[in-house]
Amino acid sequence: MSGSLFANALVSGLLLAGFYAAVSVGIAIAFGMLDVVNIAHPAFILLGSYAASVANSAFGIDPILTAAALSPAFFALGAVLYRLYHASFERRGREPLRGLAFFFGILFVTEVALILAFGVDYRSVNTGYIGTTWRFGAVDLPLRLFVPFVVSLAMTVGLQIFLSRTFFGRTVLAVGQDQVALHLMGVDPVRVKQLAFGISIATAGVAGALLVIIQPVQPSLGREYIGLVFAIPVLGGMGSIAGTLVGAAVLGIATSFTATFFGPSWAPAVSFGVLLLALAFRPSGLFGR
Amino acid sequence: MRTLTFTGIAVGIALLVATATSVLVENEYFFSASYTVLQFVVLATAWNILGGFTGYVNFGSAAFFALGAYSGIALDKLTSAPLPLVILAGAAVAGLVGLGMGYLTLRLRGVFFAIATIALAEVLFTLVVNWDYVGGARGAYVALAQTPPLGFRSMGRLLFTVMALMAAGAVSIARFVQVSTLGRGLAAIRDDEMAAECSGVPTLRLKLISTTLSGALMGMAGATFPWFLSYVEPHGVFSLSYAVNSIAMPLIGGMYDWAGPVIGALLLGGLQQILQVNVPADWNLFLVGALLVVFVTVAPHGIMGWTRRR
Repeated sequence: MSGSLFANALVSGLLLAGFYAAVSVGIAIAFGMLDVVNIAHPAFILLGSYAASVANSAFGIDPILTAAALSPAFFALGAVLYRLYHASFERRGREPLRGLAFFFGILFVTEVALILAFGVDYRSVNTGYIGTTWRFGAVDLPLRLFVPFVVSLAMTVGLQIFLSRTFFGRTVLAVGQDQVALHLMGVDPVRVKQLAFGISIATAGVAGALLVIIQPVQPSLGREYIGLVFAIPVLGGMGSIAGTLVGAAVLGIATSFTATFFGPSWAPAVSFGVLLLALAFRPSGLFGR
Repeated sequence: MRTLTFTGIAVGIALLVATATSVLVENEYFFSASYTVLQFVVLATAWNILGGFTGYVNFGSAAFFALGAYSGIALDKLTSAPLPLVILAGAAVAGLVGLGMGYLTLRLRGVFFAIATIALAEVLFTLVVNWDYVGGARGAYVALAQTPPLGFRSMGRLLFTVMALMAAGAVSIARFVQVSTLGRGLAAIRDDEMAAECSGVPTLRLKLISTTLSGALMGMAGATFPWFLSYVEPHGVFSLSYAVNSIAMPLIGGMYDWAGPVIGALLLGGLQQILQVNVPADWNLFLVGALLVVFVTVAPHGIMGWTRRR
């Protein structure tokens, strides 16, 4: 194995990890903190990709600008979806499996709706930096990966600060632990969960814009990310954003090395394989209590 | 004894319908459409043994179906085995994988189990795509006999009869599971696993029986698929639409009774076959997904739930 091949695989793995953090931080919030098993998360990521791609091809807008502009809309979509979920499933008591089927249906319907609206062709975006690559000695730093890496880290770290420093952030951390106590503090847990779920979906929209910078997208791409978005928070110990970053680093590097040394057709199995192993042997995550 | 009577009646009806249609219906398309609907009866019934009776959601139905289909392909490449042997092999392979999946993941909370089934499906998909012996991503062909055996007029008619018998068998097994002590144990797990465990129900063993049985029946449904299309490729048999359909049908029909998935499969499967002629396939899938979302939200106990309440 040559040194530069190794170094390049490592660097692109780390860059990929940054993007993976953006993809999975929403699940770390929704699943880890709120206990809402939103398996439709990848569908919202793809919705973000398509929105960015449409704005880019029609008006030449940068995907990241589109993502920022649309994040209130994604937030509202998430808030409404949570209301529906709460009214239909959470309030009726112990029916988590119907909730799963509900989100599975949403995932499928969104995918088919994208096919109906845009067809099954790949869509991409055009920006100045996509073709550019900075070189440091033998190591390549493609901006196509580096820009999403920076945006994603900024978003993840920002969320971590927001959740740990503000009062609202702490109510989000508390809602998964003890709703009654939260009630006694004068906070409505349903409202907290609604807003937090909105944030979760908003991160999916941003992650979608980053995804379409990294690679062209087509409607059924979303389900390839189901394993990833769940593997990372499970590895990171559920509901911990710092853990999510570590889980993303593990999967990013594992995926990059698999693609480099065994061929890209094996790469999709990595995240799912890691998820299966993590669930089977260490369901509380690498740093679980 | 009542189970034997029921099985006898189910198989009798299957044979009667198969013989009657074979004599009366000239149109070959009828047999291919009915084969697909009956295939969904088997898939939905199999899904319901784990999902409806035991309360564990399996999102990987397509993978078990594909295991059956690819067992058939592999067996056909090794030795051109007769169809009954292929069906047995498909059921055995998928059942074993179901057992293994159960061992790996059934100690987890239900939600993690559901996510693990998605992961399993994707891992198996990647394995098949990279496995050249069964055609890899290109897919594989199966050579069909010039004249179908046992005096059938066409392969479509033969497969329809075989699938009708398999549906009768699957439904009889599901009904047996439901009325036996096994079914009571599974229902106890579904309603409160902790309480069941405390009352002395051997939960892990029952859950393993349930995953194995459910997986085996799905594999059985997939085993004849290569001969139905004479061509199999990974994207087709691992298609998410199998997973969505086999969840939507029991949910729409009703999950707590063996008849629910049958009603759901006949209605939804039949509707799709009728629509397929008139509207593009994607609208068809959209309808299934939308019906799933609407039913799970508005009518959580499905069509069977309407009759029970009155």
